[in-house]
Amino acid sequence: MSMNTQGRPTGTGTSGYAATSGSSLLPNEPLLFEIGDTEHSGVDLPDTTVGDEYLGGFARKTPLDLAGLTEPEAMRHYVRLSRLNYSIDSGMYPLGSCTMKHNPRLNEKMARLPGFADIHPLQPVSTVAGALDLMNELAHWLMTLTNTAAVCLTPKAGAHGEMAGMMAIRAAQAAKGEAHRNVVLVPESAHGTNPATAAFLGYTVKPIPARADGTVDAAAVKAALGPDVAAIMLTNPNTCGLFEPQIIDIAAAVHEAGAYFYCDGANFNAIMGVVRPGDLGIDAMHINLHKTFSTPHGGGGPGAGPVVLSAALAPFAPVPFVRDGQLVEHAEAGHLGRITAFNGQMGMYVRALTYMLSHGGDGLARAAKDAVLNANYVKSRLGSVFSAPFAEAGHCMHEALFDDSFLDGTGVTTLDFAKAMIDEGFHPMTMYFPLVVHGAMLIEPTESEPKQTLDHFCDVMLELAADARGGNAGRFTAAPTRAPRRRLDETRAARQPRLKWERPEMLPQAAE
Amino acid sequence: MRYLPHSDAERAEMLAVIGATSAEALFSAVPKSALLDRPVDLPSHSPEFLVEARMRALGGKNRAAGDGPFFVGAGAYRHHVPATVDHLIQRSEWLTAYTPYQPEVSQGTLQMLFEFQTQVAHLTGMEVANASMYDGSTATAEAALMARRLTRKDRIILSGGLHPHYRDVVRTYLDNSDDLICLPASPEGQGDILDRIDDDTAAIVIQTPDFFGHLRDLKRAADAIHSKGGLLIVVVTEVVSLGLLEAPGALGADIVVCEGQSIGNALNYGGPYVGLMATKKEFIRQMPGRLCGETVDADGNRGFVLTLSTREQHIRREKATSNICTNSGLCALAFSIHLGLLGEAGLTRLARLNHQRGIRLSKALRAVPGVELLNQTFFNEMTIRLPIPAAPVVELLARADVLAGVPVSRLIPDDPAVENLLIVAATELTTDQDIDMLGECLHAVLSEEAA
Repeated sequence: MSMNTQGRPTGTGTSGYAATSGSSLLPNEPLLFEIGDTEHSGVDLPDTTVGDEYLGGFARKTPLDLAGLTEPEAMRHYVRLSRLNYSIDSGMYPLGSCTMKHNPRLNEKMARLPGFADIHPLQPVSTVAGALDLMNELAHWLMTLTNTAAVCLTPKAGAHGEMAGMMAIRAAQAAKGEAHRNVVLVPESAHGTNPATAAFLGYTVKPIPARADGTVDAAAVKAALGPDVAAIMLTNPNTCGLFEPQIIDIAAAVHEAGAYFYCDGANFNAIMGVVRPGDLGIDAMHINLHKTFSTPHGGGGPGAGPVVLSAALAPFAPVPFVRDGQLVEHAEAGHLGRITAFNGQMGMYVRALTYMLSHGGDGLARAAKDAVLNANYVKSRLGSVFSAPFAEAGHCMHEALFDDSFLDGTGVTTLDFAKAMIDEGFHPMTMYFPLVVHGAMLIEPTESEPKQTLDHFCDVMLELAADARGGNAGRFTAAPTRAPRRRLDETRAARQPRLKWERPEMLPQAAE
Repeated sequence: MRYLPHSDAERAEMLAVIGATSAEALFSAVPKSALLDRPVDLPSHSPEFLVEARMRALGGKNRAAGDGPFFVGAGAYRHHVPATVDHLIQRSEWLTAYTPYQPEVSQGTLQMLFEFQTQVAHLTGMEVANASMYDGSTATAEAALMARRLTRKDRIILSGGLHPHYRDVVRTYLDNSDDLICLPASPEGQGDILDRIDDDTAAIVIQTPDFFGHLRDLKRAADAIHSKGGLLIVVVTEVVSLGLLEAPGALGADIVVCEGQSIGNALNYGGPYVGLMATKKEFIRQMPGRLCGETVDADGNRGFVLTLSTREQHIRREKATSNICTNSGLCALAFSIHLGLLGEAGLTRLARLNHQRGIRLSKALRAVPGVELLNQTFFNEMTIRLPIPAAPVVELLARADVLAGVPVSRLIPDDPAVENLLIVAATELTTDQDIDMLGECLHAVLSEEAA
């Protein structure tokens, strides 16, 4: 076994792989399978003997080949791995469209109360009155904030909410004998999930071009509407960080043409408590509890995407739902069937409601205004150097959009710039999205960032821009140099996919 | 307000830099008629201790599984989760990280996903697994769609042993397609799917242990569907069973989907859970969801990235394999840590213990006069037939603080054939006392009814 300079073993496993570089503060951590083996376990369980009389001849013959770790080994492995991650708790996450706000720990504590965490979706309804009350109360908050008639809580994520909302639209149209409507209008600036959802449900996607000012042209929408159009999927505030000024006209035109208005609610954080989407004429909108209502992103989920519905779509909501305090589990006439086995993301409902009660209606409106204030502050502070494509549109909402024209001739790309931000201690902003802007940089600070942090962020961004324009391209093309890894070879990963660990003897021998 | 850092003075300073007169002025692009002219009609902000009291009151109205005898399963299972798991997943760097699109600062999440994919592949006996799905039910629907893409055929046949909620989800996802055949519920474990396979069949979907607890013959099913050029999709809702039962991959499965909740994750009233999806290497380009792959960085060091994303919506938009965006990262982490703690030795012991608890339960139930056990085979869950409808019996037992199981009529209503059936599950947490209490209470209720 390898020893480090202190004579301590650098690996406990049998595979021969050892952590030979890195430190406890920036570890090079071996894989679970290189540390553990199939004999070790961190869970004490009695060794029971059972016969196979009830197994029908299906007892396992293939070895599981699962590595096990004792508790101290597991603790160290996962703590060391965690140190390789950036997180909101360690720094600002200016990711446009992602709303990386503070995740209060009270939410976590409440979600772990046995009355929420330790209840089963199929235990008698009479034993979960508090769960139904909670779902009812969350529904009330969501419907009040959006001025809508109903909400389907069950979608597991934003894209799942889109699916539920678009299915309700399809069902409503089928009920009216208009199942032939097979086109969905999607602005070019939309999130990728919008066209993917429409296509997933069998619709033909018709793109709507953006105007020069970054907003959707009501005239272009009107021209595209027709007897074959089922719906428009529009994000508001849109992905350029702008409130759609003609949205009320667009909604009216869509309804007049017999179509429905699906609003992507990913950017609801900008307007909660200030504008109610129902007042704009929307028919369906998903709300990402993991963005707007502070449930943690968890390294890529779980999310939660309840979808609010207008009175026209409410009769088509998928089961299950809570109505008048009762849990409705089976589809009645019109209602869609299940989109997930059980009751959706209860753990996220608890966190979101805890956050809502903490903030109150007044605090949510204040948070939206601070989110917009922070984005405009960044936009103003960077605006003299960074090129903002839609500056003439006036104030932005909760995110500030820049393009890469300020980097023209520097040899530095948006990607290079983003990687250099890592070396300065920041997570990069959203890049190359929305697609309507060349080399887009979309910055969403959220309301959680103090002015001091924003100032530091802007100072760093300005210094980087000056250095890029000052001819120091090497700093950017080489970046990051101070992260746990340099740039990774994504082409190699895709060309020769290696998607799981293989035993060393199965791989070509590495040179000593 | 404790979550908002600005003072009013700072807000004023920032507005001055922007050149706006007030926070409201920043909303000038919003049509006047759309701006709320009054505070939204909701309670105002609240200190932490009051919020906590309110939430505790709500939670206190629910009967937690751990509060007494508990036999509810049918797709979600109450297992012990080591304290280490919940401690680790609450670390800031796991809990509050974003999707690892910037691999240089996300190696923790990415390496964990690579380990998770390996664990899932080994557990299911398949060549590759993705980085998780929303849950088992949506993974099943996605697997059906994937099979259609792979075979360019449309017909999907769902076994009568598939969880009825899973069947509903597949039906919703497939828009009640004429080419979706849902076989009637088969509480006796009868196999009827093999006769229905034809040349137009893209896939058959078989759950094992099935909804009623029976273990299904995957090998025979695989041979039958493969001879017609279709695929076998295997569904596992109690993933601990894979510690004792043969890997679906070794029996010929083409796609395996599981509900992974049993390992590392609490019941949570149905979510969040974690869907597992594994398949053969040749099928990965039609697999939905995120995939993590190994590569090297500019210095030649091993590292991990999200890969093959040309299947996904953020690159391919309307041409993506699915609209799925989020996975179930933190639940996958909990699964991976728990399974890493168990290892092969621990999972094997856990599965044996669960089966042993199941056997103990089956014996106690059979001893109750009037109760008929429908299972010849089972893992830790089984179906019994009562002489009277099961739903009111479950209600009566709940009043005695025994949560006896799931009446089949709750999932399959208005069907006299299943009205008297009750699905009962045990896990390592089920004690002999619990089991004896269930037997006694059931006996008491049934004899009272008989009298």
